[in-house]
Amino acid sequence: MPAPDVLPADTLLYVDGVTVDFDGFKALNSLSLYLGKGELRTIIGPNGAGKTTMMDVITGKTRPTSGTVLYEGSVDLTRKAEEEIARLGIGRKFQKPTVFEALSVRDNLELASLGGQKLGVLLTMRTKEETRERIDTVLETIGLAGRRAVLAGSLSHGEKQWLEIGMLLIQDPKLILLDEPVAGMTDADTEKTAELILRLKGQHTVVVVEHDMHFVETLAAKTTVLHEGRVLAEGSVAAVRADPTVIEVYLGRS
Amino acid sequence: MNDRTTLLGPRGRIAMFLVLAVLLVSVPALNQWVPPGSPFHLPDHAVPLVGKYVCYALLALSLDLVWGLAGVLSLGHGAFFALGGYAMGMYLMRQIGDRGVYGNPELPDFMVFLNWSELPWYWQGFDQFPFALVMVALVPGILAFVFGWFAFRSRITGVYLSIISQAMTYALMLAFFRNDMGFGGNNGLTDFKDLLGYPLQAMETRIGLYVASVLALGIGLWLSIRIANAPLGRLLIAIRDAESRARFLGHRVLAAKLFVWTLSAMMAGVAGALYVPQVGIINPSEFSPANSIEVAIWVAVGGRGTLIGAPIGAFIVNGTKSWFTGLFPELWLLGLGTLFVAVTLFLPKGVIGTLIELRLRRAGPALAATNLEPEHAGA
Repeated sequence: MPAPDVLPADTLLYVDGVTVDFDGFKALNSLSLYLGKGELRTIIGPNGAGKTTMMDVITGKTRPTSGTVLYEGSVDLTRKAEEEIARLGIGRKFQKPTVFEALSVRDNLELASLGGQKLGVLLTMRTKEETRERIDTVLETIGLAGRRAVLAGSLSHGEKQWLEIGMLLIQDPKLILLDEPVAGMTDADTEKTAELILRLKGQHTVVVVEHDMHFVETLAAKTTVLHEGRVLAEGSVAAVRADPTVIEVYLGRS
Repeated sequence: MNDRTTLLGPRGRIAMFLVLAVLLVSVPALNQWVPPGSPFHLPDHAVPLVGKYVCYALLALSLDLVWGLAGVLSLGHGAFFALGGYAMGMYLMRQIGDRGVYGNPELPDFMVFLNWSELPWYWQGFDQFPFALVMVALVPGILAFVFGWFAFRSRITGVYLSIISQAMTYALMLAFFRNDMGFGGNNGLTDFKDLLGYPLQAMETRIGLYVASVLALGIGLWLSIRIANAPLGRLLIAIRDAESRARFLGHRVLAAKLFVWTLSAMMAGVAGALYVPQVGIINPSEFSPANSIEVAIWVAVGGRGTLIGAPIGAFIVNGTKSWFTGLFPELWLLGLGTLFVAVTLFLPKGVIGTLIELRLRRAGPALAATNLEPEHAGA
């Protein structure tokens, strides 16, 4: 798989010409996207534009029909299983919050921190002091320090979303994919989520797929607009909002 | 913090092992040391009967390990139990030697009857007890590993897995009914004489088998609780509730499921091997799908996912069954159905699950409030 000569040294993820063909329907149509290290990127687009399919391809859930997905310059993600990709440092948050409801908040984080461990380790391991400290740090970051002993099932919708982000953070991933993190959230919770994401910028590469334009403006990051499986426009939020084709296919409708 | 909410606390665990110790000592003591005239005397036939319940309890525990913890509802666990039983039965058949009806020192009676001239290859080695002992766990273990490998790798879950596990035990039942399989056809294996030289009819042997069964149940419980309390136990619960989330966290979902599934099948095999010498027969009806479904009922009655509840459910249902069939033999199936409906309606978490719930609700409402309908949570 030849890496292109023009690839900048700080590129973390290189998606080139990716097509996903579901029996004639092209969910992705020669999509190309480059993500830099530590970058915060927002991705918007109407329903069916291919946002979720794009995440599925990056995380190994869907195999592209053609195209290249290179991670850290040389790792071909199209040939890896979901678990392997997770172990390479790519964390994904689903649209619907999925935390382990029957486990406490703390146990959710502990289990996330053990991702990729061998069975033998999972059978014998006692929680290390170092893991305990990391759990505390993440609990502070996501604002759930006071809720550590509560079962995740009894958290509010917003708290579950933060816990799920925390479960990604504790694995210290290089790339974090967030699928509609503020869907169904109250305004106050949306505000807190934006603060949380802005704090992650620089330490991790963060991709946020979102419908909520107000939220996208708050993040004020480089924005990619997808439409019919292709990149329609890319640039600052303001530039994208001013783009006439974007207005026509997407913004104009709301 | 380490006191997992679905399981017993450290005090409960001590109580559980005390109950097991009482079970271990009381049955032989009431049979051997209390004179037969006393109302506390346990008749001879009751010892293997309670021993049979203990084997069922171990079988129920093995199912709860995969169903309660990992969410894999097997409706074919009776197959692993029966395979363990057949492995033990083959040893017991070889032990008969020339004391069979036909007096053939090599061949079991049914083979002589079928005009077979030599022992099939897969019967070789079963005259050695250590070999048979290994096979008791290995045969169900290998079947479970292969079955699990294909099923879990293809991500077959939920009701689909239940159905194919049911098909597995049904297919085995049909196979074992055939005479040319070499397992005694529909009569199965029976007329056992002795085990390691001890006559099976002797009270000492029966008590020895009973003690071995209780010890096996104790070891099974200890092992299961260890797994449940280790990070692996939390991972299994995570897989049960949100399998793909666990996968995206990088966990080895296939390996974790396969491990606990194979271990569970081996546990069921050991239970079957202890069952056969106590009841004196193993035949293909043990593979019957209805048997496997009944095991799921025991677990549900005791409390799914509590581990300790599964053996208790097995005792409750089978104890009731023995008592009920003595009184109204033809009504048992109705009784079992009523029991299951009643538990589903009034104790959806089973006997032990409900007790743990009550204990938690006293400890703190926030911990107990999950998974409960609002009207329950307010009560």
